[in-house]
Formats: sequence, C-alpha cells, structure tokens
Amino acid sequence: MAIESDVLVVGGGLAGLTGALSAAREGADVRLVSYKQSTLRQASGLVDVLGYTPDGDGPLTDPFAAIQSLPDSHPYRTVGVETVRDALSLFDEAVPTYEGGHTDANALLPTHGGTVKPTARYPAGASAGLASDDRDTLLVGVEEMVDFDAPHVAAHLGAAGVPFDVRGETIRFPGDLRADAKVTRYAKLLDTNGEVAVRGRKVPARDALAQRVNPLLEGEARVGFPAILGDDEPGAIRAALGEKLGVDVFEVPMGPPSLPGLRLEDALFDALDAAGVSIETGNPVVDVDGDDRVERVFVEKNGARIPNSADQYVLATGGFVGKGIESDREGVSEPVFDCHVPHAEDRYDWFETELFGDHAFARYGVATDDDLRPLDASERPEFDNLRAAGSVLGGYDFAAEKSGSGVSIATGYAAGQRAAQEAR
Amino acid sequence: MGQTPHIAVIGGGSTGAGIARDLAMRGLDVTLVEQGNLTHGTTGRMHGLLHSGGRYAVSDQASARECIEENRVLRDIASHCVEMTGGLFVKRPEDSEEYFEEKLEGCRECDIPAEVVTGEEARQMEPHLAKDIDKAISVPDGAIDPFRLVVANAASAQEHGARIETHSKVTDLLVERGEIVGIEVEHGSGPGKRVHGTAGGTEEIRADYVVNATGAWAGRIGDMADLDIEVRPSKGVMTIMNIRQVDTVINRCRPKGDADIVVPHETTAILGTTDEEVEDPEDYPEEQWEVDMMIDTLSELIPMLQEARTIRSFWGVRPLYEPPGVGSTDPTDITRDFFLLDHEERDDLPGMTSIVGGKFTTYRMMGEQISDHVCGKFGIDADCRTADVPLPGSEDFSVLRDYMDEFGLRSPIGRRSVERLGSRADEVLKTDGPNPTVCECEGVTRAEIHDAIEGSGSDLNAVRIRTRASMGNCQGGFCSHRMASELHAEYDEAVVREAWDELLQERWKGQRHALWGEQLSQAALNYALHATTQNRDRDPADGDPVDFSAFDAGRSRAGGVADADVAADGGTDGD
Repeated sequence: MAIESDVLVVGGGLAGLTGALSAAREGADVRLVSYKQSTLRQASGLVDVLGYTPDGDGPLTDPFAAIQSLPDSHPYRTVGVETVRDALSLFDEAVPTYEGGHTDANALLPTHGGTVKPTARYPAGASAGLASDDRDTLLVGVEEMVDFDAPHVAAHLGAAGVPFDVRGETIRFPGDLRADAKVTRYAKLLDTNGEVAVRGRKVPARDALAQRVNPLLEGEARVGFPAILGDDEPGAIRAALGEKLGVDVFEVPMGPPSLPGLRLEDALFDALDAAGVSIETGNPVVDVDGDDRVERVFVEKNGARIPNSADQYVLATGGFVGKGIESDREGVSEPVFDCHVPHAEDRYDWFETELFGDHAFARYGVATDDDLRPLDASERPEFDNLRAAGSVLGGYDFAAEKSGSGVSIATGYAAGQRAAQEAR
Repeated sequence: MGQTPHIAVIGGGSTGAGIARDLAMRGLDVTLVEQGNLTHGTTGRMHGLLHSGGRYAVSDQASARECIEENRVLRDIASHCVEMTGGLFVKRPEDSEEYFEEKLEGCRECDIPAEVVTGEEARQMEPHLAKDIDKAISVPDGAIDPFRLVVANAASAQEHGARIETHSKVTDLLVERGEIVGIEVEHGSGPGKRVHGTAGGTEEIRADYVVNATGAWAGRIGDMADLDIEVRPSKGVMTIMNIRQVDTVINRCRPKGDADIVVPHETTAILGTTDEEVEDPEDYPEEQWEVDMMIDTLSELIPMLQEARTIRSFWGVRPLYEPPGVGSTDPTDITRDFFLLDHEERDDLPGMTSIVGGKFTTYRMMGEQISDHVCGKFGIDADCRTADVPLPGSEDFSVLRDYMDEFGLRSPIGRRSVERLGSRADEVLKTDGPNPTVCECEGVTRAEIHDAIEGSGSDLNAVRIRTRASMGNCQGGFCSHRMASELHAEYDEAVVREAWDELLQERWKGQRHALWGEQLSQAALNYALHATTQNRDRDPADGDPVDFSAFDAGRSRAGGVADADVAADGGTDGD
C-alpha cells in the first residue's frame, strides 16, 4: 500500500516549504519528503526578491516594478508580479518575525563581506542594522571568529559609502570557548545565558558580553554583532544586550552554518506543522512510476522502497548547490524525475572566464510551461501532474540578481496552490 | 676585483632561487628579480614529483643519475618540503614486457633502488590500482612542495644578504661598451614587499654579472640584447583530485606518453600530464581534451578516477632547450638536461649566462654549476654548501612535540601546521592571541597566515602558496574573505580589496577546468556565498555611489520616528 496524499512535495528548502504551505492553505492534504540538509543553513536568511536586473543594473529600489522588464523565460514572468506579491503576503503571515513588508522598496543590509546588498524581507534581528538607516554604528567582532572581522567590515562599509559613521572593534568572547568554536556554541551559551568566569567571578553570559562591549561605545546608536546571538532566544538576547548597552542591537548575516537561515527553516517547519502537513526528512526519492502522469514515487528508508502516491507533485529539490540539478562531464540532468535540463553541449560553454562573468551554469535548471510544469526536450510537459519550484528552475541567475529566496517563495507558492486546486 | 661582485639573478623559480641561495652563501652580493610571485612561472605549475630518476632510467640515464643524487640531497636539506611516498612503475597487460625489463635494468644501472613487486603486492600497497595490473617496479619517488621549497631557498638567500624583489619585471638589459652591465626593472609596487596600490617605478640595477634563470622566458630576456636563445616551451596539464586516491606515486611503465603519472600531494592527488610545444609561455590554449585525457587514460591504472571529483586543473610550461642542429620535432624527444649558455663564448657579449632546460628535482645542482661558473669569472674560490646546509624549516626536525598542547590546536591541524612549518613551527605558532583555523580544508591557522603576510606583503596569492590556504576542496569558497580580513590587520581596506579580488580570480582560473559533478556544485555554492551572501560581484565600494536614502530605512523609521531606545522588534522571542 502506498502512502497517499493530494499533493506530494519533494524537497525541503524554501521553495518546497512554501509550496507545501500554500497547498495546505488551499485545503489539500499535503505530504513533504526531503533528503539532504536544506540549503537554508548556507543562506544568509535574508529574503531577496530582486536586487539587480539580469544586465547588472542596480541596486534596484523597487523589485516589483522591475519584474515587468525581465525576460519572458524568467520564473517571475511565468508566475507574474501579482503572484509574487501574494506569495510574499503568505510568507509575511507565516513568518511574522520578518520585516520589510511595510514597503515595496528594497532595504540595503550590511553583509559580512563588508558590502551592502538589496533585499526585500529581513529578520527582525537584522532590522536595526539597515544601511539605509543613517544612525552611527559600532560593529563588534569576536577575536576567535574568522568569518567576521569587524574593523575590516566597517572599513569596507565606509568605502561603500554608507550614510553613517561605522567603526569596528574586536573583543574576546567571554567564557571558555575554544579558538575554533562553531557559531552554534556561542549561540547556545547566549541562549542559556550560562554563567562564565570573568576575572574570577561568575557572570551570566549576556551580562559578560555587554560588559565587554560597553567601554567600546563612543555614542553610537546601534551595535552590530555577527549572527551568533542565539538559536532559540534571539529576540530576548538582543533585547537584553540592547538594554544593558542603551542601543539597538542587530546581527549581520553570515555564511554557513547560518543561524538566521536555520531560524527561518524552523519558523517555516512550525508553520507547516500548524497547517497539518506531514513531513518526512532524511530519505531520498529513488524511483518514479508513471508515464504521462506521475503515479507514485519510491522513498528509500532503511533500505526499503516505500511507495508514495499523490494526485499532484511538486519538484523543489534545488539547483546545483542543493543537488536538485546534477552534472557530469557529458551533461546536466535532474536526477529525481529525470526532467530535461537545457544546457550547452560543450561543458566549456557552461562558464565564463571572469569570476563573476555571465555564467551559463548559474541559469541551468528545468524549463517550464506557464503552469510551472517542466518541459521535455520537445517542449511538452514531462508529466501532467508535476510542477517545479525554486532553484531547480532554470532561466535566472539568483546570485547575480539577488533573487533566490523571492523566486523560491513565489514559484513554491504558485506550484503548491495550483497543485492543490487541481487535486480537488 | 677587490670588491664583492654583485650578481643579478633573473627569475624566481626553483633555479633562480637556488642560484641566489648558492651565490649568497658563497659570499657574493645577490639581487634576485621575479616578474610575479616566487614560483610564478614553471615551478609553481608542476606536479610536485620528487624524481627518483626512474622516469629517465631508459631514455636519459645522465638525467636519471642526477635525479637520484639530488633526490637524496633534498630529503636531507628540505625535509619539511618532502614527503617520501615511494613510487611504482606499474605495467598493464598490454604494456611491453621488454620495456619493463629495460626499466628495471636502467634503474639498477643508475643506482636507483628498484624492486619488482607482483600485481597482488602492488594492490596491497595501493588498493585502488586496477585489478589487471601485472606487476610493478618500486622506486624512491616522492612528493615535494615546490612553493615551500622556493620560499625556503629565497629566505635562506635573504639570510645571507641577498635582495629578493618579486613583482619586478625586467624591461631591459643594460649594455655598455659591448658588455651587459645590469638590468632595468619595472617594480609592480615599489621596491621591497608587494603592497597593492603602491606606486611602482623603474629601477636600474647595475651588476657585475647577470644570470638569466627565466626558463621558458629566457628567449624574451635574450631578445633585449639581440641574443637568440631557442627555448622550446612545451605545455603540460595537471589535474588535481579532491582526495588522495593513492599514497604512492604511480607511474605507467611504458616508453613515453601522455597521462602516465599520479602524484599524491598533501590532501590531493595530481594527475599528469601532456607535452605539447607552444609558441608563447604565457599565452597558449588550455583545452578540455587534455583534462579528459588525464581522467580517461589514468583510469586505466586507477579505475575510481573515472568517477572521482577534480577540484581544478592547471598548465605549466617546460623550459625545454636543445642545442642548435638537433632538430627534434616531438617535444617528448627533447632532452631534459640543462645547459649553460655563456653569452660571451656563444655570442661575444660578456656579462651574462643563461641557464635553460633542466628539471625541478635537479634545481640545486643547476644552481651549483652556474654558481661555480660565475665564481670562476671572478676568480673566487668558494665551496658550494647548498647540499649540506638544511633550508630554513628543515634545520632541526627532531624537536617535534605534542602540538595540540603546545599550540592550543586540535591535533590534526597542529600536525599539519607543524609538517608544513618544520623547524619554524615554534617561531610561527607561538602567538599571544587565539589561533583559530582560517582555512578548514587545509588546516591553516591565523598564525601561519600572518607569518606568510610578513614574508609576502599584501599579496594573498603569495600567502596561499606559502600556507596552502584556499587550495583545498572548497577552493577558497569559505576562506577567501577570512584571508582578506587577516590582511586587514596590516593593510588598509582598499589594498585588501584588491588583493582579495586577485585571489578570487586566481582560484576561479583553475576551477573552470573542473566544472562538473561535485565541483560544479561547489562552484555554484561559492558563487552563492560570494555573490549572494556577500554581494562581492556588485560591491558598491567598486561601483557608482548608491543613493541610500531611496531604500527602506526600516518600519520604525519609515514614519520619521528615530527612537533609539526602542528595540526594533520589541524584543520578542522566536525569530
């Protein structure tokens, strides 16, 4: 007997989670299966919609206004700008700790690389750090942490022309974490507010951290830390530090393992639980049955092949990074449903000589019809009841455009909604 | 000649650095100039094989004898650069039995320790060898880090008073009254260590004698004084795997051919190579078929290579030379021997000798011979000591202790740091502050990065070759910005940004030849980290000014309320 549902979503990243949520909100019985760790842990946790045009113009102040001018093959054009707005409304409702929904304008946020980047939604923890806010800023780095060098980031932000004074200071983190401790260790210590030894006295970690920073303040109105301020209690930690320092406290998003990304993942999983979606993680889809329609897929679990069948399917397995798109020396493929992935025959045409050139590989993914159904080589739908969402889609370079999260949310929303409507 | 003669050495590869060390140790004044980093030319683009001589034991026994002799010397004076992996010449069923016997005989004639092992025994040593390997000859091949070796030679030369100028390109040979009396160089960033953004300038370096040790570039230097030096640059590809599929150097036992060697090197294995003559040592095609051939042909020896992950490929140019009149048409027929071209004897232009041809393994011997030659010019009778005095880092390797406790590092990282640093470990790793790991793939710590910065200025590629930081699986995806930040301790932000961009571009260059499978996924991740998370592809510091006021300034400030006492989210939990 197969496990049955109205809609089966394959993939547990931003697109898959949004797709499952939107399908469930439409009243469908939804099941989500995911295999690998989602790429959210590698992502900054910022929700970019569109920061630059494909030609590199930007930073764009209004991402929605720019969507109309995108090429026809772009996923935003497939779903349309109103769907992008609806999808973000769903996101705003599902993840109320994010901000940015009060305006169509992009915000500029400092990056741990010392630049600023345009984004449409940002976690509350980053909101006091907006570079489009002109209050003077102190950045505080941790001596042992090589991913965030506050003086360097501050100097780079200065060179980027931010409209405020910014300084960087480096402290030794209170407590006895070893030199190459992972960010989760810092977060845990602040979450539990465990006591640390400071000059022979036991002091709660949040107080000890504030005490280290306090003498460094020179009248700045806000203080930024690398994104290590707690996994479970980030709001309380920021509030406590802010109160002790008399400033607004924010986090600068970082690379992997990214706490803001993991927090976003948690928030979406909570929303799925609340919506009654059944979730199975850690097991791969290894086989597919069906011809014109997907009849069922097989999930491998402890060596057994468990059939899962649904009326409608959503493919949201990610791009090259998430391994939803794979390649070898001969070509590029989509491994789960074996959907066609258009690509240049010669692999030396997949990339450009320049590091940040207009790389073809960055736009590789499945091509779809207007209903987000992946197309085969002769441009017919691979399956009548399969839709694709997120980075498994081709036709856009999320890294150059800063559009990754927005495309995942918009196409996930659309694919989930349409799947649910059709499953009725 | 009452004064100490001043010798200008052109070329900062193994040969030039070896010559500079040798001459400086004999008491001469030496200035070495190099157009790029140390090892910028051929030395930095080789497979890292410390030859036993086995490869030349049939075709070129003179070279084979030199190799085994120098192999023994380098194990001694450069122990911190050498890993004695041992090597095998493996024979497949279709490879000639007769040649196998010739190889064995040749090794013995050249005093290269060589033993026959059965296919079974070979597979016990290297489990990933193909099942149908007949048998093999074991020889004392090894792996050597050319970067560390050259840096150590240059450091030793400096300790003996030499001046080392990198990023200083020779723009002319100074000729006066029918004699070469020096060189004109264009400094990339002023004399001394390289600092991005510092104005360069031209300098005339007058010398009593000039040594042209530029290898494949020797013809270009010759042209500056109308000298005809017929080097025949020949390119070869090397493909780097993400792990060591073998721990022993694997050679194919057959006469000559492309794609016949795998060298385990640090955390990687390097596949090599091709041999194709090129016109220009700096501009030649790097082609897909060469990479494919490495994988496909060497899979005959190690089948798992077919599916394995490569992290990049690179090409080097051999500085081959053959005396006029030999006329080899195939570059594989050109001798690997080296030649001293004394331009006084050869071209009636006194003041300079060029050294061409030769191999990395015999760099020290080449240095010795040309140093003898130069000393002879000045009637100086000084013994060569380079074979006896260990290089900096290899002086006293017996004092290794428990690195973890000693340096506060986790043990595998401590072990690798100490292997790289050798006897310099104490001096480099003892720091006041914490010493976190900057490059996780290669286990490189902050202290090592700072030590390298001290030695190489603002040049992150020079830091890379000294430490191996950014040379592992992620190819700088996770650590490039960290390396840049470490540089910021010494240099201002604009300098750092330029050095950082240069490192990223250099790392991209070699990865382009490995963009499929796992490494394409890695490259896509790196692209996302650098472009999406860091926005380095549209860095506003490099572009037009941004109108910050046109963007969202936050919900609480949208209405013009600036209340710094209110936390932006009200301090709620759960985000």
